[in-house]
Order: sequence, then structure tokens, then C-alpha cells
Amino acid sequence: MVLLRGIISAIVLVLIWQAIVFGFNLPPYLLPSPYLVLESFNQNWLLILHQSIPTVIEAGFGFVLSLFFGMLWALALSYFRPIRLWFLPVLLISQALPVFAVAPLFLIWFGYGMASKIAITTLMLFFPVTSSFYDGLRKTPGYYLDLAQTMNATKWQILWRIQAPAAFGSLGNGIRVAATFAPMGAVIGEWVGSSEGLGFLILNANSRMQIDLMFAAILVLVILTVSFYFLIDWLIKRLLCKHYV
Amino acid sequence: MVLDGFDAIIYRMNYNQQAPAINISKLHIRYNHHWLFNQFDFYLPANQCTCLLGPSGIGKTTLLRFIAGLQHDKDTEYSGCIITSDDKPLNGRIAYMTQKDSLLPWLNVLDNVLLGFYLRNEKIDIELELEQRAHALLEKVGLKYVKNLKPEKLSQGMRQRVVLVRTLIEDRQVILMDEPFSSLDTITRLKLQDLTASLLVNRTIVLVTHDPLEALRLGHCIYIISGSPAKIIHTIKPQGAVPRKVDDPGLLTEQAKLLQTLANNEFEI
Repeated sequence: MVLLRGIISAIVLVLIWQAIVFGFNLPPYLLPSPYLVLESFNQNWLLILHQSIPTVIEAGFGFVLSLFFGMLWALALSYFRPIRLWFLPVLLISQALPVFAVAPLFLIWFGYGMASKIAITTLMLFFPVTSSFYDGLRKTPGYYLDLAQTMNATKWQILWRIQAPAAFGSLGNGIRVAATFAPMGAVIGEWVGSSEGLGFLILNANSRMQIDLMFAAILVLVILTVSFYFLIDWLIKRLLCKHYV
Repeated sequence: MVLDGFDAIIYRMNYNQQAPAINISKLHIRYNHHWLFNQFDFYLPANQCTCLLGPSGIGKTTLLRFIAGLQHDKDTEYSGCIITSDDKPLNGRIAYMTQKDSLLPWLNVLDNVLLGFYLRNEKIDIELELEQRAHALLEKVGLKYVKNLKPEKLSQGMRQRVVLVRTLIEDRQVILMDEPFSSLDTITRLKLQDLTASLLVNRTIVLVTHDPLEALRLGHCIYIISGSPAKIIHTIKPQGAVPRKVDDPGLLTEQAKLLQTLANNEFEI
């Protein structure tokens, strides 16, 4: 249903777009008509598909790594008090750093290839995962904790068997946010410096005034992002949140 | 008396108990610079159910948490002396039934019942005997057929019965109950009181409640507490074996007197 409504509104938007181009008589280098974009896609689909493979790989790896590090951090933050006291502020400061500003550094550290893009994506996504999971861990209902404590469970057992499952719903929200940002992180990484990927293609097409190709690449990026989101959403519902409140 | 399989299991659980008496003295509890208890002393006889009856907000739950050793509340200061009749610490011998039923929504009924063993990693060692006990108890409370369901599928009364079984299977000598039946309808509450009284024998029980009838049905000894800081203003030792019948004339006269006392006291505050 969501998908159907999305498709319908997309079609309406495309029609409005076509009407604007037609009505104001805009030249193709400012705003190409949807028809031109489609034609460009038709001509260049092999190129676009080819260039989207590295982007997908970077986004995927970045996403998985951010999940791993994000959850690890959240567990560490709630288990070790010193980490909470000393590293929570650092975590917040790290988010104040704009990814764009540090991205060139990552290029120097991790090289010109995929590794630097994966690192940038991970840096971008890991905060929503950490903060949502940590928040969920912190907000475990007090009576669960009381109960576990009178049952003589250790701190680790409580964290692992009560707090973590109780926080899965909250973690799911963070993962969804991360899923929508993942392709964006990869594209940002490619903008800073790369020789392949959708970000590279968009930048390249832009500098050559191939606006129609640029739009076609953006279109593919949007489709990729939306399908990735729905895949992750489906997985979360299947695996994580089926029985969690 | 001849007992068949399941009843025998429950019988063994209940009659091998050596529950301690507990004496609490010089209890001071201060919450946000406000004294909840000051120089408060009270005694819990062994193997009996002691009821604490008093208005809400007086600190009954705080008192229970103190006995249970749950003192990690930042705004509350505690001091006091707990002495048990067998001189062993209470730690590890207490089961705590909270106001909310606190079943974990992601575990099914059976896993919720066995939560304590699962949390402590003990489940593997004694699995067979444990499963048998769990099944016996679930059958006893009429939940045999829902043991694989998630708690969300159960009614309030059924959930509370699961909690009862979970409390029981931990096999603790001291049981603290914090208004366990307050969210149930009258009939279900009466049924659960009967069930509780028949299952939790030979244990030292503290039952916190604000329902006079509940106290009179289940308590061997009833302390009425009131005021700030809280004091025991009245002690009742009802006659007869628990659970007392609702239509017992003795119980009804006691209830009338008790309601009178509570109403008068409310007035003084």
C-alpha cells in the first residue's frame, strides 16, 4: 500500500515537472524534461548500472560496520560507567564534526579506493545506531531490573538478557535511519575523491553539463535508497521487532 | 495422604522449607529530605503472611525494596538493621512480586516462568526436573495449554497467575508482594488470593496492599501503617486459617472495624 501510494505521488510529481519544463520553456541544461532523463537513462543504463555497483558495496559495508560498532558502543556505554562518563561527551563532539570536513582526511588515511568511502559511511551512520540503542538500554522499565536483581542475575546477564532485548524496538528505529543515510554516505565519500561510483558519475556529468545524465543517476540513487530502506524495514520486522513492544 | 506426580512435586517444594523470621529495627528511610520512616521497627514471623495496610504514597513499596535489597535509588537514603532468625543474609532468598506484572513480552509463558534460571545460566544443568516442576505448577493454575503463548495474548488474571508460578518456581523462602492483585477485577482477585494462599505455604510473606479485604483474607498478622513518618497504628491478628472465606461472619465484622479505623485515621491526617 505504501509503495503504491508512493508510486502514484511520484507519477504526479513527474507530470508537474514536465508541465513546468513545458510551460516555462526551460532549456535542457537547466532542467531537462522527464522524457529527456528517461532517454538518457535508456542510452546510458549500462554505464549507470556499472557505476552503481561500487556505491552499493560501499553503502552496504558501511551500513553493516556501523551496526556492529554502533551496537558495541551502546553496550559498552551502558555497561562501563567510566566509558559513559568520559566518552559520551566525546561521542557528541564527534557528531558536531561535519562529515564533509573530515572526509578528505579519510581519503588520506584510507586511500583513494573503497575503504575510505566505507569509513565515511560508517562514521555517518554509527551515531543514529548508537544513540537509539543506548537510549533503549537506558530506558529499560525499572521493574524488569528489580526483578532480575532479586533473581540474582549479574550486571552482564541483566544487560544481555533483559536490557538488550527490551531496547530492540528502539534500536530498530535507529537502524531504519541508518538505512536511509547509507547510500548518501557513500556518495559523499565519492564526491570527495574517487574514480567510480554514482557520486563520481553525478559530479562528472554535472561538470560536463550533462544534466539529463545527472538526473538519470540521481533517479537510480533514489530507487536504490528506497529499496534498501524497504529491505531493511522488512528484515527488522521479521527478525527484530516481531515480539518486542 | 496419597499424592500423584504433579501434586507430589508441589508438596515437596512447599514442605521442605525452613523460612526465617525477620526482624527489622531502627529503620530510617528518607526520600528527598522527607522522612518516610523514622525509628521504625517491625517483625515478620516465620512461615506466616504479614500484611502491611496503608494509604498509597506512604512508602510501603520503598520499605519492600529495602527488604529486597534494591537500594539503588538516588534520591532515597536508607539505614536500618535486618536480622533473620537463622542468621543468614536475605540476599538470594527473596522473591519479589512487583505491582506491574513484569512479564517479558518477548518470551513465551514457559520461558517467563523459567526466567530466573535463564538469567543465571542455570537452565541447562537441571533442565528436566525444572521443566517438570514448571509443567506441574502451570497445570495447577490452569495455564497448561497457554505455555507457548506470548504474554500479550493472555488476560490480566492469567498474566498474574504466570507471575505467581514464576515466583513459586524460584523456590525462595521470603516472598515480597507489592499490591500484586490491584489491577484485577474482584472475582479474579478473589480466585487468585485463594490460589496464592494454597500455593505459598511455609514461607515468610510480606504482602503490601491497600485493600482491607485482601489483608483480612490472607494475613496472619496485619499492620496498619499511617502518618509521615510512618508508624504502625494498629495490629490485627485475624482468627482462622488462610484463605478466609469472603462470607465468613468473623471476617466481615473485622472488615467493618478495620474500615472504621482506616476512615478515622484518614480524617486525622
